[in-house]
Amino acid sequence: MYAQALDQKDKGPAVIEDPERLARFEARCAADEKIEPKDWMPEAYRRTLIRQVSQHAHSEVIGMQPEGNWVTRAPSLKRKAVLLSKIQDEAGHGLYLYSACETLGVSREEVVEALLAGKAKYSSIFNYPTLNWADMGAIGWLVDGAAIMNQIPLCRCSYGPYARAMIRICKEESFHQRQGYEIMLTLARGTPAQKAMAQDALNRWWWPCLMMFGPPDAVSEHSSESMRWKIKRFSNDDLRQKFIDATVPQGLFLGLTFPDPELKFNEATEHWETGPIDWSEFKRVLAGEGPCNRQRMRVRRQTEADGAWVREAARVHAKKRAARQALQAAE
Amino acid sequence: MSEQSKTEEPMPLYEVFIRPKAGLSHKHVGSLHAIDDTMALHMARDVYTRRAEGVSIWVVRSNLIAASDPVDKDMLFEPTASKIYRHPTFYEVPEEVGHM
Amino acid sequence: MSADAPLFTYCLRLADSALVLGHRLSEWTAYAPTLEEDIAIANLALDLIGQARLFYDYAGKIEGQGRDEDALAYLRDDRDYMNLLLVEQPNGDFAVTMMRQFLYAAFAVPYLAALTRSKDETLAAIAAKAEKEMAYHLRHAGEWVIRLGDGTEESHARAQAALDDLAIYIDEFFEVDAVEQSLIDAGIAPDPASVRSAFEATLAHVLGEATLARPAVRTGQSGGRKGLHTEHLGHLLAEMQVLHRAHPGANW
Repeated sequence: MYAQALDQKDKGPAVIEDPERLARFEARCAADEKIEPKDWMPEAYRRTLIRQVSQHAHSEVIGMQPEGNWVTRAPSLKRKAVLLSKIQDEAGHGLYLYSACETLGVSREEVVEALLAGKAKYSSIFNYPTLNWADMGAIGWLVDGAAIMNQIPLCRCSYGPYARAMIRICKEESFHQRQGYEIMLTLARGTPAQKAMAQDALNRWWWPCLMMFGPPDAVSEHSSESMRWKIKRFSNDDLRQKFIDATVPQGLFLGLTFPDPELKFNEATEHWETGPIDWSEFKRVLAGEGPCNRQRMRVRRQTEADGAWVREAARVHAKKRAARQALQAAE
Repeated sequence: MSEQSKTEEPMPLYEVFIRPKAGLSHKHVGSLHAIDDTMALHMARDVYTRRAEGVSIWVVRSNLIAASDPVDKDMLFEPTASKIYRHPTFYEVPEEVGHM
Repeated sequence: MSADAPLFTYCLRLADSALVLGHRLSEWTAYAPTLEEDIAIANLALDLIGQARLFYDYAGKIEGQGRDEDALAYLRDDRDYMNLLLVEQPNGDFAVTMMRQFLYAAFAVPYLAALTRSKDETLAAIAAKAEKEMAYHLRHAGEWVIRLGDGTEESHARAQAALDDLAIYIDEFFEVDAVEQSLIDAGIAPDPASVRSAFEATLAHVLGEATLARPAVRTGQSGGRKGLHTEHLGHLLAEMQVLHRAHPGANW
């Protein structure tokens, strides 16, 4: 989620597109037709998608770290298995998305390198630490819940491979959200210490989750192009409100309180209203000054470096094997 | 170690096809990177059949697939649109004859 | 000691080995050499944790004291754990992890196949499920051992070092104590000696392809079945059990 990319302007060099082709492309988008990899597309469309899809993929991969932090301490064998399979899904999502990205003519190695070089971003939510077991519940319930809000409309995104990846991902994400809520429910109904854990997790994750939807529409840089091209279908504020309305009753059902004294239900609009979001925190974390930005990137770089000899061995062995087979065939 | 920051030689891209159950065709489900066919099959099993999605897997290197050019789309596929006589609904059968 | 005591102990041994190895693999989460391999390793870990749960569940029923899988996994100390020493060895690099997995699977596949013929129907049923899973582990890890052994100079050296370090734990697979002997006599447990030739054949084939040399082991290490472990298990359990033990009686 992971749609932060949409709030950055396309900064690539301006490309003068053939007006006739562009008009035909715009007409296809307007008619809700899907664009497929080898179809003609404007350079800005391609760049916007590469940025968004790769950022989405990076988010899935970096997102494995905060959850991986609790795999070895999961408090029951069932939870251990569930958490492991959930993180495994995140790796799968990263993989589906890198594949979708590759159909846009950029290799996985290239986009990963952009991440490692600090040129590509990932969702800021993963720059927060997981400090107690309830964070595994809160991430599933809130972070994945917020992601789903954003991702369901992306299943109808104009770019075929991205839309198809999102359909697969959304199916799997609903398991993530439900298992997260179940963890919260179990803790909320557990011992006082467990309930305190759940409350602590909600306190820490609530505001960052609201920030996941990106800056308010009034200041968002997102271009109308993304809307017109059916890459983005709802505004940040609309999705955020949808998330708040869906989530607050779930939290109240848990018997937990939200860390927002101003949170109230507006009978007239039938919406939950929150206090002001601290956007300075959002900007700080986005700029690399969150609690875990450095750690997450260091781990990712180290993992890539540690795996290099393995990948190299696989490459060399495959060549040896192919050469031997060729020799055998020649005999 | 700084030498390694150069982009690595990419592992080949494979397309994955899964037969969901006996009686159905293999269907394209996605792609992955693997060094050879063996690894591609293993990885396809791990990546794309975690929820019992299939009973058979095909993998093929993406660069071995020959694909029609989208530029030729009109030439290749438009002409069939007018040949509606190829479809059963083109023909009228009196109601008394029943289902045919 | 009840008549079922040997069977209870035997189930725990099988469960402990599966859990400890599954736990070790789960430590790789987010650190594998490729994204594809991250998913593959998680599958291996999930298989083993699943096997452990079945064996613990059965052990708990045999014991009849109301201990469930979590009580058995989380509330026993290292001296009570009876896993093979091999599986508790730290992950090391990817070569160590794959070599450890290969050695375990090379034994587990024929052993579980033999266990499917157990007179104990529950054990036979669990073994039938586990055997299929371990056959995949053997293939996956075996392929990697071959790739690394017959890969680059560096990967060959790492794979050989892994084998040299882990080979001392092989003999323990084939040890039989009084507990196990009574079950072998009763047709409940297989005699590990009966699968030695299958194990050796697998090793010879894969290590040959991998161009790796089997080191001569004069003194194999053992003790896992008596609860005498290497230094590593205590740390593993401390981490695994910390949260569960901090909240006695809590539901999760």
